[in-house]
Amino acid sequence: MSANSNIEELANREYKYGFVTDIETDTIPRGLNEEIIRLISAKKNEPEFMLDWRLKAYRHWQTMKDPTWANVHFEPINYQDICYYAAPKMKSKPKSLDEVDPELLATYEKLGIPLRERDLLAGVAVDAVFDSISVATTFKEKLAELGIIFCSFSEAVQNHPELVRRYLGDVVPFTDNLFAALNSAVFSDGSFCYIPKGVRCPMELSTYFRINAASTGQFERTLIIADEGSYVSYLEGCTAPMRDENQLHAAVVELIAHDNAQIKYSTVQNWYPGDKNGKGGIFNFVTKRGKCKGVNSKISWTQVETGSAITWKYPSCILMGDNSIGEFYSVALTNNYQQADTGTKMIHMGKNTRSTIVSKGISAGHGQNTYRGMVKILKNADNARNYSRCDSLLLSDKCGAHTFPYIEVKNSTALMEHEASTSKIGEDQLFYCQQRGISSEAAVSMIVNGFCKEVFKELPMEFAVEAQKLLGVSLEGCVG
Amino acid sequence: MLEIKGLRAQVEGKEILHGIDLCVYPGEVHAIMGPNGSGKSTLAKVLAGREGYGIVNGEVRFNGKNLLVMQPEDRARAGIFLGFQYPVEIPGISNMYFLKTALNSIRKNRGLEELDAMDFLALAKEKMKLVDMDESLMRRAVNEGFSGGEKKRNEIFQMAVLEPQLAILDETDSGLDIDALKTIASGINALRRQDRAMILVTHYQRLLNYIVPNKVHVLLDGRIVRSGGKELALELEEKGYGWLEEETIREQAVNS
Repeated sequence: MSANSNIEELANREYKYGFVTDIETDTIPRGLNEEIIRLISAKKNEPEFMLDWRLKAYRHWQTMKDPTWANVHFEPINYQDICYYAAPKMKSKPKSLDEVDPELLATYEKLGIPLRERDLLAGVAVDAVFDSISVATTFKEKLAELGIIFCSFSEAVQNHPELVRRYLGDVVPFTDNLFAALNSAVFSDGSFCYIPKGVRCPMELSTYFRINAASTGQFERTLIIADEGSYVSYLEGCTAPMRDENQLHAAVVELIAHDNAQIKYSTVQNWYPGDKNGKGGIFNFVTKRGKCKGVNSKISWTQVETGSAITWKYPSCILMGDNSIGEFYSVALTNNYQQADTGTKMIHMGKNTRSTIVSKGISAGHGQNTYRGMVKILKNADNARNYSRCDSLLLSDKCGAHTFPYIEVKNSTALMEHEASTSKIGEDQLFYCQQRGISSEAAVSMIVNGFCKEVFKELPMEFAVEAQKLLGVSLEGCVG
Repeated sequence: MLEIKGLRAQVEGKEILHGIDLCVYPGEVHAIMGPNGSGKSTLAKVLAGREGYGIVNGEVRFNGKNLLVMQPEDRARAGIFLGFQYPVEIPGISNMYFLKTALNSIRKNRGLEELDAMDFLALAKEKMKLVDMDESLMRRAVNEGFSGGEKKRNEIFQMAVLEPQLAILDETDSGLDIDALKTIASGINALRRQDRAMILVTHYQRLLNYIVPNKVHVLLDGRIVRSGGKELALELEEKGYGWLEEETIREQAVNS
């Protein structure tokens, strides 16, 4: 078999998570209006301030237009044709896993995310979000002993309204962009996490998002607050069934790091990418941003984006505190007709702030991969440093790689470095591997894996494994 | 072991090899010499199965098997090793991991147990001594940032680990200073065995001072125009390729 057909084979591997769970669902009528928002808020029994905030967001959303600056192409979204709330039917919120529908547990089992604590990956606490709601959160009690709050967003609204009120929209206001406004109006659940002063979270916290119901959008919100001197590592994974229509996923993630706090946020995104002709798949339009509010704080984003028909996502850092650090490590793979426009923004406000950007784009088939990044050094950010590196790897003759770096410097003490490269997977490399006895398929995996190494090594071990598998790569010896 | 009959091959529609006949037996070292563009490297690549090299005619048997229908990785697993003239860089993959993967895929194919990391490391350390290779190179990405000499050492080191039956070394001597040449030549000599054959592709007689071949062939314009013992190399050193070219033209004129 020729090298090219092997690459195609690798790129065309079937989507393993495309099954549908047959479960009774509580859905509301399609469409978006104030009534729908009141209905969602009522279903969640929210306090007044939440409903007010949602309605404000909705009214603002009505004044906005779809962003058109990204290098992605799709038919306009009919927001009235989407169902904004779908939840597996449960009599009441289950108190323990024994009360969770076995069908749901089986779904997560099938996805490789066991929710029963005895089966869990040691050291990973999971919040499982199914369509619009969180169905289970593991290790909650154990974390509570340390004062860590890790629960679904709905629970946080009920049990910790003061924290939600204080931080909600602090980093991503609903005026930020159309999808953030939409999310703010209709978001149904998500994860909430608070790490108290001086606590180092002893396990990885994670949320696993699953879209199941048809014609449903998923709009979840994640809010992570790391108080002074605390540390947390957070993981996010996602899958969805194979469906012919596009489904919208418009999430918002807000991170806040106070003085000397550190947040590490890792994503392995594997939403259904659509079939090989580009039919179906998830529109992943996500706003993720972290604020390094305190001195010496650090926020680090690592993402591996392999799924979704379209990815529109720029996990960013606002470096307010002096000496704060922002990092962005990204692998984005597009094949068939997938489109990705992804990158980051690093806004340097404090003195001695540093940021690092490492972006690896891989394009196969007809995939279009765009890196879009902005580094902004504001007037008072003395001695700010940025290092950016974006590399693109092309696996076919029909794919594309695009790079749009924006740099804005208002302080002359800033030091910026930018490196970029584009390469085609080399026939010489393939032949070299094959001549040493390595099959061409394994060789492609190996070369792609080597290309992504700088990013994979930032991932927590369990996730690195998943990321490797996703790229059809064996991990052995390459990450560490 | 290797039997080449009337091999004609082309690259991008242009015929480079115009009919090669060559027999290599176990234990032999053959040197293939010739000026630039005579088809030496093409022959090496055709034998290893590089994509893009079309076979026009002829056959190649390796231990009785039809080599030309085999995938490059299958040829490697069957025991053919090509030492590259320009070893390829693979960023992000450590030399150690690369070679272990290669060795284990060959072992697996032969029904042997795969080596674990410890056993492999022990083997690698042993073989590194052959070419006086620095251990730190094992942890670096495959050939990335290696000097010319380090790359060539790495090739011979890989050969030592993979233990091929037939090693084709394409200009292993090019770009080496005299000390590196001696080290590499002694490594290659140490790998000569009764059941292993080697084909050395080279411009210069220099390498053959250190590795004494059983046979020397001169390749000119895609044909082997002269074969002989090691003394042929010395003759070439003295007279250059020019006299053979003239002689070939004269012979062709007589024959036609």
